[in-house]
Amino acid sequence: MRVQLFATCLVDSFFPEVGESMLKLFRRFGVTAAFPKKQTCCGQPAFNAGYADDARVAAAHFLSVFDGDDPIVTPSGSCAAMVKHHYPDLFRGDPKMRAKAESMAGRIFELSQFLVRVLHAQGSGMAGKGTITYHSSCHLTRDLGVRDEPLILLQSMKEVRFVPMPDASRCCGFGGMFMAKLPEISCALAEEKADSIVATGADTVTGCDAGCLMNIADAMKKRGNPVQVKHIAQVLAEGL
Amino acid sequence: MSDVQTSLTFRANAARAIKDAPLRSAMRQAADTFGTKRADAFAPVADLEALRDKASAIRLQVLDRLQEYVDTFAFQATKAGATVHRARDAGSAREIIAKILKDRNARTVVKGKSMVSEEIHLNAHLEKQGMEALETDLGEYIIQLVGETPSHIIVPAIHKNRQQVGRLFAEKLGVEYTEDPQALTKIARKALREKFLAADAGLSGANFAAAASGSLVLFTNEGNGRMVTTIPPLHIAILSLEKMIPSLADLPTFIRLLPRSATGQSITSYVSVITGTRKPGEATGAKELHIVLLDNGRSEILSGECREILKCIRCGACMNVCPVYRTVGGHSYGWTYPGPMGIVLTTLLTGMAQSHPLVDATTLCGACVEVCPVRIPLVDLFLKLRERRVREGFSKPMEKQGMRVFGKAAASPSLFSAGQFLSRTFWPLVRAFGGKDVAGRLPRPAKVPFHRRVP
Repeated sequence: MRVQLFATCLVDSFFPEVGESMLKLFRRFGVTAAFPKKQTCCGQPAFNAGYADDARVAAAHFLSVFDGDDPIVTPSGSCAAMVKHHYPDLFRGDPKMRAKAESMAGRIFELSQFLVRVLHAQGSGMAGKGTITYHSSCHLTRDLGVRDEPLILLQSMKEVRFVPMPDASRCCGFGGMFMAKLPEISCALAEEKADSIVATGADTVTGCDAGCLMNIADAMKKRGNPVQVKHIAQVLAEGL
Repeated sequence: MSDVQTSLTFRANAARAIKDAPLRSAMRQAADTFGTKRADAFAPVADLEALRDKASAIRLQVLDRLQEYVDTFAFQATKAGATVHRARDAGSAREIIAKILKDRNARTVVKGKSMVSEEIHLNAHLEKQGMEALETDLGEYIIQLVGETPSHIIVPAIHKNRQQVGRLFAEKLGVEYTEDPQALTKIARKALREKFLAADAGLSGANFAAAASGSLVLFTNEGNGRMVTTIPPLHIAILSLEKMIPSLADLPTFIRLLPRSATGQSITSYVSVITGTRKPGEATGAKELHIVLLDNGRSEILSGECREILKCIRCGACMNVCPVYRTVGGHSYGWTYPGPMGIVLTTLLTGMAQSHPLVDATTLCGACVEVCPVRIPLVDLFLKLRERRVREGFSKPMEKQGMRVFGKAAASPSLFSAGQFLSRTFWPLVRAFGGKDVAGRLPRPAKVPFHRRVP
């Protein structure tokens, strides 16, 4: 099987180890991953801030870079939701581009979704270690409808004790530009999230969106808490 | 409150609320309680999703032919003995109500809960004319005593704890301090009882207006709504145009949805249907009923891209689950309606110039969309309003430039790569420039980005 890997701008710039973990996972499951070198960002920062024109420029680039019929797999529920739901809307006035966006909507997958629904990785006997809790990020859960997949993966891992997080699907306060525009609220929400994480007693917190995890990591660091913050790709790849 | 909180100062309002420990804990506790109660109340409702579809469809049907429903309602209500007034804006609504009262020498008005009366600042206007407007909903009564406005559309005093209420009653009503909720309720009940009996007029809002019969529908819990609308000889009801439902046959759908969404009750203690005035042989009911139908910007919203906000039935569920609202409370939003529905309604009703910072008051998490009983696509509306802010020129010039550069870089891999290199190289500068609140919370970009590590 062949896929195209969309790393996302956050993973590309800040967390290359997440991309590397994905490559490791793909190798393990016999998937040939192509990395279109011209990829940049899905355009969500502009779109969410109300700059549809600038977002359209980014989206058009994305559509041309990820050409073909292969599934596109990305380590972000938020970016997957952007491509799946908002690209068709961005090109509502342009039938040709809209058709392209609509066809792409059918082949973009968030990583855990692809691992569970397409590769059935949950039955492959993956292993890990320690006590892990999971933050359910907003766009992954509510826009993309991916609720169970990450849990299925984590609970299938041998030697891993999974502890559910209280209010796991409450926003961590990242919100993209929100963290910059309303930092006081953003930090207050991150602190609440950190409380929930500490309450689980887990040694690792994971999730499917680097943005949220970055925000959570900062809140944990501020309180000097040793809980590890890792993307689900890392958690899964470490046990291979 | 000493400082004026407006929607324009949202960030400062919120920052102040975040430091207010009693407010934070009261908000958290109340929002959690209502969230849990709502979930429990809907658990046995097997057809919830179909019910939401149906409610949404009814509300859309009303919006599609709103003028027609309003006209039918006015005709039928008049036939049933009411006098119907149309108010284009807040000012004319205030004038209409003040004149009705003045013409009848009415000086004391007991009020049931009405957010529309808050929207038009009715109390202050009546007081200026030398009349007394007394809130009789317990929560409204509390905040009227403090001199505040509601911070939740269903639970006006959500931000107060019982110790604060106990001290307030002791100070303002001269009673002995108690923080026992039952004792406090009794104190308020005693103080209000005489007022009900002596009032010249009762003023209420309405949750719905059934067009086919000209009926007003009120969902209440404390009994004050019923007293206000039946004891005084004169009843004035004020409601905004979009409260229409086609007929009472549509009411069961909303009886199932509204109380569960709002307070987690399967039904409120009272559901009152008022059709016209007291008829011969009837023991209760106002002898005279005036209904004020307020537009105040609704017609304009109706013709725009955000019209679905007019489906709102004011249950407050979106607030209870909103991470931002539960952290900063209702006053931070600076106007009558807070939380997710409030962001949209405030921006549309007061105009972008008065409220543009509010459209940032959401992480776009979508928790509100998940609970809205009439399926208002709130996140889509936030995004539309953000686009409108850019179109109308209320976004910061630097942000606008930045986004243009972002768009260009996103379409040019080499430019994008250069940007990454520059931000890593000048990271200390970025941090200094971006401040500890923003860049200080990000890790330093990787030395070698992923795209240069891929074989």
